Amino acid sequence: MGNLNSKVPSGPVESKWTDYKFNLKLVNPANKRKYDIIVVGTGLAGASAAASLGELGYNVKAFCFHDSPRRAHSISAQGGINAAKNYQNDGDSVFRLFYDTIKGGDFRSREANVYRLAEVSGNIIDQCVAQGVPFAREYGGLLDNRSFGGAQVSRTFYARGQTGQQLLLGAYSALSRQISLGTVKMFNRREMLDVVVTDGIARGIVVRNLLNGEIEKYSAHAVVLATGGYANVFFLSTNAMNSNATAIWRAHKKGAYFANPCFTQIHPTCIPLHGESQSKLTLMSESLRNDGRVWVPKKKGDNRRPDQIPEDERDYYLERKYPSYGNLSPRDISSRSAKEVCDEGRGVNGGEAVYLDFEEAIKRLGKKEIEERYGNLFEIYETITGENPYNVPMQIYPAPHYTMGGLWVDYNLMSTIPGLFVLGEANFSDHGANRLGASALMQGLADGYFVIPYTIGDYIAGQKPALVSTEHEEFNKSVSAVKEQVYKLLSIHGNMTVDEIHKKLGRLMWNKVGMARNEKGLKEVITEIKELRDEFWKNVNVVGKGDDLNQTLERAGRVADYLELGELMAVDALHRNESCGGHFREEYQTEEGEAKRDDENFRYVAAWEFEDIGKWKLNKEELEFESLHLAQRSYK
Amino acid sequence: MNVKKLNIKLKIWRQAGPKAVGAFVSYNVAVSPGASFLEMLDELNNDLEKKNLEPVTFESDCREGICGTCGLVINGEPHGPLRKIATCQLHMRHFKDGETIYVEPFRARAFPVIKDLAVDRSAFDKIIQAGGFISVNTGGVPDANSILISKDTAAEAFDSAACIGCGACVAACKNGSAMLFVSAKVTQFAVLPQGMPERQSRVESMVAKMDELGFGSCSNTYACEAECPKGISVRNIARLNREYFSAKLKSKNVEA
Repeated sequence: MGNLNSKVPSGPVESKWTDYKFNLKLVNPANKRKYDIIVVGTGLAGASAAASLGELGYNVKAFCFHDSPRRAHSISAQGGINAAKNYQNDGDSVFRLFYDTIKGGDFRSREANVYRLAEVSGNIIDQCVAQGVPFAREYGGLLDNRSFGGAQVSRTFYARGQTGQQLLLGAYSALSRQISLGTVKMFNRREMLDVVVTDGIARGIVVRNLLNGEIEKYSAHAVVLATGGYANVFFLSTNAMNSNATAIWRAHKKGAYFANPCFTQIHPTCIPLHGESQSKLTLMSESLRNDGRVWVPKKKGDNRRPDQIPEDERDYYLERKYPSYGNLSPRDISSRSAKEVCDEGRGVNGGEAVYLDFEEAIKRLGKKEIEERYGNLFEIYETITGENPYNVPMQIYPAPHYTMGGLWVDYNLMSTIPGLFVLGEANFSDHGANRLGASALMQGLADGYFVIPYTIGDYIAGQKPALVSTEHEEFNKSVSAVKEQVYKLLSIHGNMTVDEIHKKLGRLMWNKVGMARNEKGLKEVITEIKELRDEFWKNVNVVGKGDDLNQTLERAGRVADYLELGELMAVDALHRNESCGGHFREEYQTEEGEAKRDDENFRYVAAWEFEDIGKWKLNKEELEFESLHLAQRSYK
Repeated sequence: MNVKKLNIKLKIWRQAGPKAVGAFVSYNVAVSPGASFLEMLDELNNDLEKKNLEPVTFESDCREGICGTCGLVINGEPHGPLRKIATCQLHMRHFKDGETIYVEPFRARAFPVIKDLAVDRSAFDKIIQAGGFISVNTGGVPDANSILISKDTAAEAFDSAACIGCGACVAACKNGSAMLFVSAKVTQFAVLPQGMPERQSRVESMVAKMDELGFGSCSNTYACEAECPKGISVRNIARLNREYFSAKLKSKNVEA
């Protein structure tokens, strides 16, 4: 049995959320304005939460490190957002979206949370349309849908290839409205560097004002973190340059358990690496796999131009291995298959790339239709590579993209620190060991618009209106600790730049905690990360001052955290002696090379409790499957 | 891959703070043509840090042309010499070996320089806060398909909604006008049925806020459209003018 209380309500999965909502305590409208809530992060989860809580009447303080809340990385999501509307009459339902998400996550997520996510998915679309989000439409004026990986129905709503942008601008506009109404006070260019905990309860945060380096403290009755994922631990990922794990990592060190850190998603369709100076990898939306066909030459060492390789000498390996899902197989499976064929030496020119070919689709649908569907994605590709995908097949390769792991939360989205809530990619709750495409946007907005407004009320109702003063000893201790770290980073004056160390860490993580992991590599990498961490604290050079806009210092603090988090990812991957979703342990595979799960021993969430740097205690939340049968995941 | 590196002379605007006096500083870099413009600056900064010199402050985030964070004036043009891309999407293969490149921050009265190449564009947020939204609270909205919107209208709204808020339009304009930015948001909501109830008040408040924040007026040079990374059309400005005049005709906020 596990020792964590997930607070999942009893009763059939279909009515849990409805019954639970009725039993939650409410805060009456006149009292709401006596309570302050801090929201950190203004992506889909954070902006939607801050706006919705402001609308309810709470005093919200929202923080982001960007120059504007509209810049959060949710904006880069391209393909779409899932919702079980069944507008296409193709057999979709809340239950099917629930089932697909659980199965897609390889039975490593919490049933009740996922059902709730599917249940509110339709409301999200309604909300966004009401805000003026220009989703794609059919000729008759109704909403259009497309398909995405891991599903056999068309349930993805989209706005060309810029769905994330449009949804975020919708949430940002709702947030802006609350700012103008005075219910939300917005703090831009602030980076959260600590959570303040008194008597075991989250009471506020400490931030660095990025413009002048001032360390500021803010108190509240509850703190909501919506600060995204940690894929930048790999240095090269599809995340934005500034996306980072610092907020959740500092919360972890203050007592919030970190769940399933090794569950990372390597996205199959990214533009391959171009060289040493590369700063990030660019995603090509999975929606391209609706019409693009993935292939490599059958023969090793076949370096002919793609148009000179005849049809019968091409291996459409996804269609061959997974005939029923084909090119729309889930991300973990597609990525691993690409790695396999490239490891065999059959990648493009023997390197790390496979083709994503639109020739057949252009013949079938015409260039105009393809342009309509994917025009801007084709442009992005051409801008970066200088090649025109209408004429030459795209080259793609997997890259770190999303992290399913995150801070452990219960059904209320509250972490193991009472009063500290975690939303969106920053928590672990909904995607298990692998996230399906178009589900991150859904989760972010579900958490922010439709879950936290209810569950936080139940918590607030039990709090006294008096705020803990920011002069409390714990606030001052926290400020001193943060200042001390800043001072320490600036005073090392070593020989290595922050980026050099980050790149080293990224290579270690990619090689040994990436698409395939094994015991030997993981044991090695744990030692190597510790060594690199020592090197960092002895030999990093952070130029500039603490009381100024100093981007090197910002990055240094983030890399210091990655050097601890990276180790935990390896520790978690080493302890999980099974393969599931994005976590592929080479020792645990079926004869066909598929992930081999071990439900008897690992059907749990691994929630790590911080004891000291490099030292954690494992807590487990057993996963109960009451509505679905555990099954081997098959897309054949 | 052994591709020949390009030797580039950079003249970069360095300015220690908002009130400090700035100046161009020269740097020589050798960069591979496959690198992006910002990756070249990353490399330069890494080299500066190696020499214990303060790196150049510049802002960027997604590096995919969608977040709107980056924005440099390169050889006099916001986002550089190519059309319809943000600075982060510009690659070094478009420059010649031996070329000199001038790099400056966006310059406009409403966008004060913070440090080096970073500017303060929070005025854009204030304009959106003045009315760039549809006033609906979370929950209690009708089913999404109960509002019919033709494919063409949705496309028109999308074309305007594609604005990334980078501010290149302001930097490109000799008057520092924010008309393209404001008009894109006004148009998105003016063509959609959801935006109708606040159509008049929205345009009035947004334009008033724009004027208050020190943006200049529009003199129809279309430089904004030329530099816009998302190709937002100046037709939006024509629409904004129509919306504004029609709102003023019916307005209750009559100026004395």
